[in-house]
Amino acid sequence: MDGKRETIEKKAHGMTSTAMTAEAPLLEFQNVSKIYDKTTKALSDISFKVSEGEFVSIIGPSGSGKSTILRCINRLVAATQGTIHFDGHDIGLADKREIHQVRKKTGMIFQHYNLVNRMSVVENVLHGRLGHKSTISGVVGFYTEKEKEKAFEILEKLGLSDQAYKRCDELSGGQKQRVGIARSIMQQPRLILCDEPIASLDPSSSKVIMDHLSDINKTMNITCLINLHQVHVALKYSQRIIGITSGNIVYDGPPESLTKDLIYEIYQSNEGELITDVE
Amino acid sequence: MRFINQTKASSSPMSNNERKRFPRPKRDWTPVWERRFLVGPKMTPDAEKAKRPEDQMSIFAKRKKTFTLVILAVAGLYLISALVTSFSFFEGIESFPKAFIWITTYLVPNADSLTKLPKILDKLIETAFVAVAVTVCAAICSFFFSLLGTNTTKAHPAIARAVRVIAAFFRNVPDVVWAMLLLFSFGQNVLTGFFALFFATFGLLTRTFIETIDEVSSECVEALRATGASTLQVVFQGIIPSVMSVIISWILYMIETNIRASTLIGILTATGIGYQFDMYYKQMNYASASLVVITIVVLVIAIEITSTRIRKVIM
Ligand SMILES: Nc1ncnc2c1ncn2[C@@H]1O[C@H](COP(=O)(O)OP(=O)(O)OP(=O)(O)O)[C@@H](O)[C@H]1O
Ligand SMILES: [Mg+2]
Repeated sequence: MDGKRETIEKKAHGMTSTAMTAEAPLLEFQNVSKIYDKTTKALSDISFKVSEGEFVSIIGPSGSGKSTILRCINRLVAATQGTIHFDGHDIGLADKREIHQVRKKTGMIFQHYNLVNRMSVVENVLHGRLGHKSTISGVVGFYTEKEKEKAFEILEKLGLSDQAYKRCDELSGGQKQRVGIARSIMQQPRLILCDEPIASLDPSSSKVIMDHLSDINKTMNITCLINLHQVHVALKYSQRIIGITSGNIVYDGPPESLTKDLIYEIYQSNEGELITDVE
Repeated sequence: MRFINQTKASSSPMSNNERKRFPRPKRDWTPVWERRFLVGPKMTPDAEKAKRPEDQMSIFAKRKKTFTLVILAVAGLYLISALVTSFSFFEGIESFPKAFIWITTYLVPNADSLTKLPKILDKLIETAFVAVAVTVCAAICSFFFSLLGTNTTKAHPAIARAVRVIAAFFRNVPDVVWAMLLLFSFGQNVLTGFFALFFATFGLLTRTFIETIDEVSSECVEALRATGASTLQVVFQGIIPSVMSVIISWILYMIETNIRASTLIGILTATGIGYQFDMYYKQMNYASASLVVITIVVLVIAIEITSTRIRKVIM
């Protein structure tokens, strides 16, 4: 197992030199491990860097630790070992206030959208501001005119103007995910974490969502880190792909160098056992 | 999309030599999303066994045996309890017509009892208001208490467990028993009834709210946390809007239950409409007692209808 991993990493390394820029990275994992409940090893000794403005996909089989990586960044879960640096914060050492700062700067998008279904679309978008407000004005839902204008501007951009006053449970999956994106942009984040944003969507809504994410990445210079199950989507949209298998990084490089064989290694399958659309 | 589904042998990504050097580790998980469509779910040896006809027979035989045992046990329990209490089911049935005749002759309001109507209504309204007040107070207390017990908002697992245990305790002591216990400290008093209902309602609602909050709002809570919202903001912007309709529905249900319960508890604590009924009954003023019963039935039905309406609107 170890031997195999080394060779793949070597293969990958030779090809990634261009992806690693010299600047101080926005996000850096150093030898991070995560063990759930003292028994389940979700991540073992993971290291990688993400520079500002990158669009990075993480692929890997179910249970390989993709969600855990994202959750460690905004401390929805705490890493067991190693250090994570994000925009000058050491996530592992951060106290409550600093975690608050980190969460303000990172948007998160979920597979199941995770909206407040009984509230209107625009209120859900404004929830992105909660981290920036005083507790009391957040509690009573008081937003400034400027914030409201901004919310409508974002909704317009995502093609949701007509839905602004609808309740979220009246929306389709694709529309809900766009609300999720709007909420995270509202935060004006440095980094957006997407945990399988298109796993519950049909191919055409998936394309809309991925196009929006890609557009946000380019026009707003927001770094994106995306967990994906669709290898072809990862190949099409990402500047860089991280392949992970049972808590280990087995590939880290540009999509062009991700060959079929490497995909089989990531998913630990033989050819013929995998549905894929990669030629 | 193209499905690759070739035979394993013809298209191995590694040569045999490589395979020997890096033997693939045995894994207990399956890359499910790829496989499910191509290969049907694999049958475990156990499942295969259960399919065999002789085993199916034994399942049926077993079920029959259980069924017989249950029937025998119920019959036995009935016999024992009938012997102990000298209650006879058939005599009970026999007395039904007699009881019915008694009710129709004595338990009918007459002109005299109607003069007592204002007093009865006064007591009825008092009882209803106590029930409503108890339910609302208990609901507010149990909502904030349940926030400590949910998986989504708990401060510490130990606190959450303590909250659940406390709720279970309050819930499992029936309101009538609470009333009896509290009679010792408060005496025959409205407060006794109030706290008896409060404790029982508090226990039930806390447990229900814990379940509701975990079920309905855990996803949006996670999202709001991730935006950097503080706990109070999460509660007011995420949890309350998500669970409000379910909570109101439960409050309405508890108001109905508590109005019924408070008439009974009133007999114990000598307050409210229950006491009024008890008094008329003991004075053998059956006409007025029956008027009390009728007003209670009307109130309960009215509340039921209103709460159904409200539920329809908020859902
Ligand atoms: N809260 C938790 N408590 C205990 N174990 C967990 C928890 N969350 C995840 N795990 C375990 O950690 C491992 C990695 O989980 P993770 O959710 O990160 O995988 P994933 O790559 O996101 O999978 P999927 O593609 O199915 O979402 C799994 O074995 C999982 O069972
Ligand atoms: Mg996941």
